[in-house]
Amino acid sequence: MDLVWEGLREAVDLLVHNKHGVYEIAWRSVYVSGLATAIALVLGVGAGAVLAFKRFPGRVVALALVNTGMGLPPVVVGLVIAILLWRSGPLGELHWIYTPRAMIIAQAIIATPVITGFTAASLASLNPHLRLQVYALGASRLQMLWILLQEVRLPLLAAIMAGFGAAISEVGASVMVGGNIAGQTRVLTGAVLLEQSKGRFGEALALGIILLTMMVVVNVLFTWVQLGIHRDAGAAHEPEGGGRPLQPWTRG
Amino acid sequence: MDTGLTPKAKLAANALVARRGGRTVVDVPELSVARGEVLAVVGPNGAGKTTLLLQLALLERPDGGEVSFEGARTRGRELRLRRRMAVVFQEPLLLDRPVLANVEAGLAMRGVGRAERRKRALRWLGRFGVEQLAWRSSRTLSGGEAQRVSLARAFALEPEVLLLDEPFSALDTPTRAAITDDLAAVLVETRTTTVLVTHDHDEAARLGDRVAVMIGGRIRQLGAPAEVFGAPADEDVAAFVGIETIVPADVIAREDELVVLRAHGHDIEAVGAGTFHRALVCLRPEDVSVAAAGDRATDSSVRNRLPGRVARVVRTGADARVEVDCGFRVVARITRRSLDELGIEAGAEVVVTFKATAAHLIPK
Repeated sequence: MDLVWEGLREAVDLLVHNKHGVYEIAWRSVYVSGLATAIALVLGVGAGAVLAFKRFPGRVVALALVNTGMGLPPVVVGLVIAILLWRSGPLGELHWIYTPRAMIIAQAIIATPVITGFTAASLASLNPHLRLQVYALGASRLQMLWILLQEVRLPLLAAIMAGFGAAISEVGASVMVGGNIAGQTRVLTGAVLLEQSKGRFGEALALGIILLTMMVVVNVLFTWVQLGIHRDAGAAHEPEGGGRPLQPWTRG
Repeated sequence: MDTGLTPKAKLAANALVARRGGRTVVDVPELSVARGEVLAVVGPNGAGKTTLLLQLALLERPDGGEVSFEGARTRGRELRLRRRMAVVFQEPLLLDRPVLANVEAGLAMRGVGRAERRKRALRWLGRFGVEQLAWRSSRTLSGGEAQRVSLARAFALEPEVLLLDEPFSALDTPTRAAITDDLAAVLVETRTTTVLVTHDHDEAARLGDRVAVMIGGRIRQLGAPAEVFGAPADEDVAAFVGIETIVPADVIAREDELVVLRAHGHDIEAVGAGTFHRALVCLRPEDVSVAAAGDRATDSSVRNRLPGRVARVVRTGADARVEVDCGFRVVARITRRSLDELGIEAGAEVVVTFKATAAHLIPK
C-alpha cells in the first residue's frame, strides 16, 4: 500500500514540478496516438466499408485477418516496422527509425484492424435495404457512405475509443521503433517501462496513473458525445437548434 | 397486347432481363409509362415485380436490355437520373435522426438550401398529415406514421417519376385505407408519373390508370383495371385476379354474341365474340349465387342454373365461400346471412346460378 501512496505522491510531484519533462512526454503520447488513431480511422472506415458491402473473392479470409488483427501483438508489429525502417532495411533511406513517425506508423497499424473490425461489423448490421433507400434518395457513393456512417455513429465512436486505447496503451512497438529516447520518442508507456526497470516504482506508478487518467478523460469525453448523440436522435428536437450540420456535402 | 408504347413515354423498359443464379426473374420485352400515368404492376410473390421496379429506378443494373428515361437510354445507375426519381419501399427505412431531417436528407444531397429544404419538408409532412411529428425521432414512430413520413420524403423531392414498392402491405387495414386515400389525392393533384408495385387488387384498381399483371417474370396482361380484372387474358392471370372457377368447355351453339358451351354435361350460356371452338369459362365467386335445389328461377336474366352438391363451406368474416361440385368445381361467395337462411352445408344438394354476362371466356 505504501508503494501506491508513494506513487500518488510522486505523480502529484511530477505534475507540479514537471519532473522528467512529464508534460512533454504526456503530450507526445497524445500526439503520437492521436495521429495514429486518425490515420487508422481513415484506413479502417474505408476498409470496413469495403468488407461490409463488397463481395469479392477472399473476403472471408480478409475478415478473418482483420479479426486476428484486432488482437495483433504489438511486439510483432514493432519488429516488422523496425526491420523495414532499419538503416539497411528496404525503407532505411527514409531515416524514420527512432522517430515519432515510426511510432505513429506502428500504432496506426495496431489500431487500424480494431477500427476496421468495428466499422465492418456495425455497417453489416444495418438493414440491407437501407442502402437501397439511401441510393434511391439520390445519394452519390460518398454521400451514401457518409449517411450510413452517421447511422452507425455510436458503434463508430466506440471503435475510435478502442483504437485510441490500443494505440496509447501499447509499449512494445513504440519502444522498438521509437527507441524510447528522452526528449524525442519517449511516451508515457515507454517512460513507465524505463522507470520500472531502474527500480523506481514510485515514479513508474506515477506515470502509469497519469496515463490512466488521460485515458479516462478521453473516454469520458467520447462517452459524453455518444450520449449526446443518443439523446439528440431519441428525444424531441427544438425547432431552432434543429438542423445539425451533419452534411458537409450539402453544397453539392 | 397493348404495350402502352407511346412517344410521350416518361420511362420505358426495352428487352429488360434480370437473372438470379441462372434463373430469369424479369423478362420484359417492352413496357412504358406515359407522363403523368399511374401504372400498377400486380402479381403473386416472387413474380419479379420488385426486381423490375429496382431496374426501372436505376438501382439495379439489368442483365439484359435497358431502361430509357424520356426516350434516352440510361447507362447503369446514373446519379443525374436517379435524382429525378423517388422510391418508397415496403419498409419505411427511415434514417436514425429526427423526422424533419429524414425528409430533408434527399434535398440536402441535391444541394437544396436549408430554408428551402425545411419549407418543402414541412409542406409535404403536412400534406400527409404528420407535420406534428417533424421534431420527433424517427425511431419513435408507429408503422403508419413512418410510412407517411416515407411518402412525404419521396414527394418532397418533387420527383418526375415515383416508384412505390408495396408501400402499404405491412400496414393494418384501416391505416392502409387512410394512407391510400391520401396518396390517391396527392397523385391526382401532382400527376406524378408513377409505378406502383402491389399484390393488392383493390389498391391496383383504385390507384392505377393501367394495370400490368406480372407472373413468372413476364407481363402477362396490360390494360385498364376493368379489363384486366374483368377479362383476364389467360388462365394464370384469371387465377391471380381472383377468378376461382375456371372450366374448359366446348362451344356447341352461337347466336349473335350469345355463346352456348358444354362442360361436363352442363350447358353454359355466356357472352363472347370470336370464332373459337373451345374456351375456358371463368367465373368470379362474387358473381355466382347458390340456391336451394328446388328453388324456381325468379330473375330471368340468370341464364345459368347448374345443379350440384356442396363440397365445402368456409366462413370468412361477413362472407362465406361455398365450393359446389357440379361435375367441376364452382366457387361462390355469398353472405353469411344467406348461407344461414338457405341452410347450406357440406353435402347439401343446391343449384348454382350466374348470369351469361358474368361468365368470361378465354378462347383456347
